[in-house]
Amino acid sequence: METKHLTCIGCPMGCSITVEMEGSEILSVTGNTCKRGDIYARKEVTNPTRIVTSTVRVTGSDLTNMVSCKTEHDIPKDKIFDCVKALKGVTVKAPIKIGDVLVENVAGTGVNIIATKNA
Amino acid sequence: MENYNLVIIGGGPAGLAAAAAAKEAGEDSILILERDNQLGGILNQCIHNGFGLHTFNEELTGPEYANRFIEKVKDLNIEYRLHTMVMDISEQKVVTAMNRNDGMFQIQAKAIILAMGCRERPRGALNIPGYRPAGIYSAGTAQRLVNIEGFMPGREVVILGSGDIGLIMARRMTLEGAKVKVVAELMPYSGGLKRNIVQCLDDFGIPLKLSHTVVDIEGKERVEGVTIAEVDNHGKPIPGTEEHYSCDTLLLSVGLIPENELSKDAGVEMNPITRGPKVNESLETNIDGVFACGNVLHVHDLVDFVSQEATTAGKNAVKYIHNQENKNAKVVPVEAKDGVRYTVPVTIRPECMDDLLTVRFRVGGVYKNHFISVYLNDERIQHRPRQIMAPGEMEQVILQKKQLLAKYDLQKITICLEEK
Repeated sequence: METKHLTCIGCPMGCSITVEMEGSEILSVTGNTCKRGDIYARKEVTNPTRIVTSTVRVTGSDLTNMVSCKTEHDIPKDKIFDCVKALKGVTVKAPIKIGDVLVENVAGTGVNIIATKNA
Repeated sequence: MENYNLVIIGGGPAGLAAAAAAKEAGEDSILILERDNQLGGILNQCIHNGFGLHTFNEELTGPEYANRFIEKVKDLNIEYRLHTMVMDISEQKVVTAMNRNDGMFQIQAKAIILAMGCRERPRGALNIPGYRPAGIYSAGTAQRLVNIEGFMPGREVVILGSGDIGLIMARRMTLEGAKVKVVAELMPYSGGLKRNIVQCLDDFGIPLKLSHTVVDIEGKERVEGVTIAEVDNHGKPIPGTEEHYSCDTLLLSVGLIPENELSKDAGVEMNPITRGPKVNESLETNIDGVFACGNVLHVHDLVDFVSQEATTAGKNAVKYIHNQENKNAKVVPVEAKDGVRYTVPVTIRPECMDDLLTVRFRVGGVYKNHFISVYLNDERIQHRPRQIMAPGEMEQVILQKKQLLAKYDLQKITICLEEK
């Protein structure tokens, strides 16, 4: 049996979670104080994912040169750099509203990049 | 002179939540004064996610969290002025401010909420030897350059201080193509949240060196490198442990200081530990009708708690405006002891508090397997075990009004840590 110690990133509490595994089978998840922690731990030891946040250039906004954005859902951890690379050189035009899709299917992940700020 | 019942200084998360709460409590005469070109404060440059889990039960980015409150303030038709810098607040609650359109102007307020936030501790406060070349930024300045202005401050980065902004910027600069070589932290523990160490440093293999500091900065025009050394228990560099890192950028994430110049000039009494105003259970300062909330009161880790605190300040300001405050209520001091560095509030009037009152505090070091205890005089009324507590994470206790009122000879409330 293998024991893995994780720090939950589900929220700023940062619970210390212990996962007991037998091969790829998860035997137990302990230490989490909410359901989010359980979901995070199970994912983290099998297919770790992250929400990626970044910015793209915006023209025509008097508020900012950059509009902030994020992946609509979490993407595999090993796709983080591909995702950010795909945003290089993207320029969008104001007005932009929170939730607008800025890039579709970023880096082939099947996940869209959406705006997180009005600009 | 203009008149408003409630003037709120600052349109960041604290000011916005305070304004919304005051309006919802029935106050119509409210004005928010904000020096930036938009509402939302520092959240606008905090593009990472993790905000709002407590408030909205979903994970938002900083700008999204800010927007929830900005929309609310707009829906409630609360007045605000942007590009407006407050120059002075008098003890009589006259606010002097200026902007390009109106020039200098004065407002007589019945109540004022201080919500100016905090700023970063600068290099000058650290006594790092070496030249003063270009390439040394506070982490928040770098954050603004990257996320709002769209400039990269450098390519090879060393970060001093493991506060949350430094950790967040380690990831951000890495994603934008920079090489973050090391994060050095003077203390034997990180000042940031655990989740940020995992997802900002560990995810990218960035080393965190605890008990280390920068002892030299090289380069005359531009940073060319820094020397890092291990420090002893007193924070003194240990000779022979120096390591050299070549880099063109040094980011400082070495603490936040509440921005209280206006408060001090107005005569507001300060707590030397938080560097914020001393407040009572209503978050009212020593000046009647002047309230404080958010990072100007004490630096928070979580914006959700800022919003909660600001809501309290907003409601209580409205009570004050409508003379619903009990002037003769008994004042009980709150004592921070044995590992508890400070509390907010520092005094409680049991008759004036809500049914439940959250007292927030920080501990002075890393404490494992300790209890958080609350005493009314000498009687212990709370004894809660905590596996681990650290200065980087704010703690809280919740007090019950009926329990405090029942103690008719209450002289002192003590909050302390006790060993198992």
